[in-house]
Amino acid sequence: MSSALHTVSATDTLAGRVLHDTGVAVAECYQCGKCSAGCPLADEMDITPSQILRMLQLEMPELDDEVLRSHTIWLCLTCEMCYARCPKEIDLPKVMDSLRAESLRRKVAHPKARDIIAFHKSFLDSIRTCGRLYEILLIVAYKVRTRHLLQDLLMAPKLFVRGKLNPIPELIRGRSHMARIFQRAQRKDG
Amino acid sequence: MTMKMGFYPGCSLKGSSREFNESLCAVMDKLGVELEEVPDWNCCGATAAHNLNHALSLSLPARILALAEGAGMQEIAVPCSACYSRLVMTRHELQENEALKAEIADIIEMDLALNAVPINVIQALDRALEGASLESLVVAPLAYKVACYYGCLMVRPPKVLRFDQPEDPMTMDRMMERVGAEPIDWAFKVECCGAGFSVSRTDLVAKLCKPIVTDAVKRGAEALIVACPMCQSNLDMRRCAIKGMSEAEAHIPVLYITQAIGLALGIDRKDLGLQRHLVKVALPRRAVVGA
Repeated sequence: MSSALHTVSATDTLAGRVLHDTGVAVAECYQCGKCSAGCPLADEMDITPSQILRMLQLEMPELDDEVLRSHTIWLCLTCEMCYARCPKEIDLPKVMDSLRAESLRRKVAHPKARDIIAFHKSFLDSIRTCGRLYEILLIVAYKVRTRHLLQDLLMAPKLFVRGKLNPIPELIRGRSHMARIFQRAQRKDG
Repeated sequence: MTMKMGFYPGCSLKGSSREFNESLCAVMDKLGVELEEVPDWNCCGATAAHNLNHALSLSLPARILALAEGAGMQEIAVPCSACYSRLVMTRHELQENEALKAEIADIIEMDLALNAVPINVIQALDRALEGASLESLVVAPLAYKVACYYGCLMVRPPKVLRFDQPEDPMTMDRMMERVGAEPIDWAFKVECCGAGFSVSRTDLVAKLCKPIVTDAVKRGAEALIVACPMCQSNLDMRRCAIKGMSEAEAHIPVLYITQAIGLALGIDRKDLGLQRHLVKVALPRRAVVGA
């Protein structure tokens, strides 16, 4: 019975897009609110996690837009608390991944998420180049992107003397393979 | 006889969390296990990849799984909880969806049978101890009250990981009991530390870490025990970002479970990398009743 109710397949609504990308049917949510109650950052969010699901269910373009422009989708830490506690086993962290990707595709990411996105991009830059994370490159790329030049300046020497900052990057042999994987994955996902 | 075990260290263990690597290797060496790294392994993509690109977030772990398979590994020890999560979740998602598995195998241009199984640090230690008793190897019982902090990705999502109870896990607590420690009952075992926001939203990491530290101290813990580089670095390196702490809250050390076990097995502090912590590990020597 339930499957007949959830035949959202059109990708012109955000709920349809999420279903297509992740296989998660947001229509399953009956608004118990456990996700919002357990979310460690719900109080920092502009829209609570359960409200995000409700807005998607309504399939209205203006609400879809509001979801994609929200700060919430970028504050989700993927701690998996909501998914673990959801009585309908809705994989909300996966929904959030899909919403973030769509928000970037439409270039409507919340201005306050700028630093978070800059960090993720800088992180991937390092992997694309070296195959592994090169923490010094990550921090430099992040500072250039965000212009937070002074942040953590006093932390670096403390980490260095403790041997926690590796000055030499770990370069894998398959770097060209990694570059190809990045290219092909981005072609697939936009 | 040495036992060989497949090993995916992940990037943190080669950089900012190298003491996790050092202590794991020292303990495994003591237990007669040789860790064999996945050849030419790459970063799992961590939070960044799945936040920005779904196909990439599956392809990066898939390359690691394929390399491990190619090297004939049946199990891969993955000490970092975040890497462990990415590898397990990817393997699960691809096992559930043949078409997606074919697409990802095409992107990485490798065969992908998914027969190498990622295991976490506790499971790896259990494997290494098969047939041996940890208690009998203890030379310096860890006679402290400890708060075992599991964080998120070792226990969630339970449906996929099937490891321990998601709300009140006990595997680390039991392991700590076996080396002489007294694990406390407390409320923040599985709360999030702020994970990947360490740099981009340090303020939120401090906000989430404060109640974790406060509750552990309030209930009498003398050390926090962790199994994840993100949990460790947020609770240790970012301690100074937490405002309004008491003396005890500012000084409670955060040990990797492998460091705690290593101390009990009599391994030198330096070989366990205890000198690398920002919050000094100043555990007083203590005589154990009945020892």
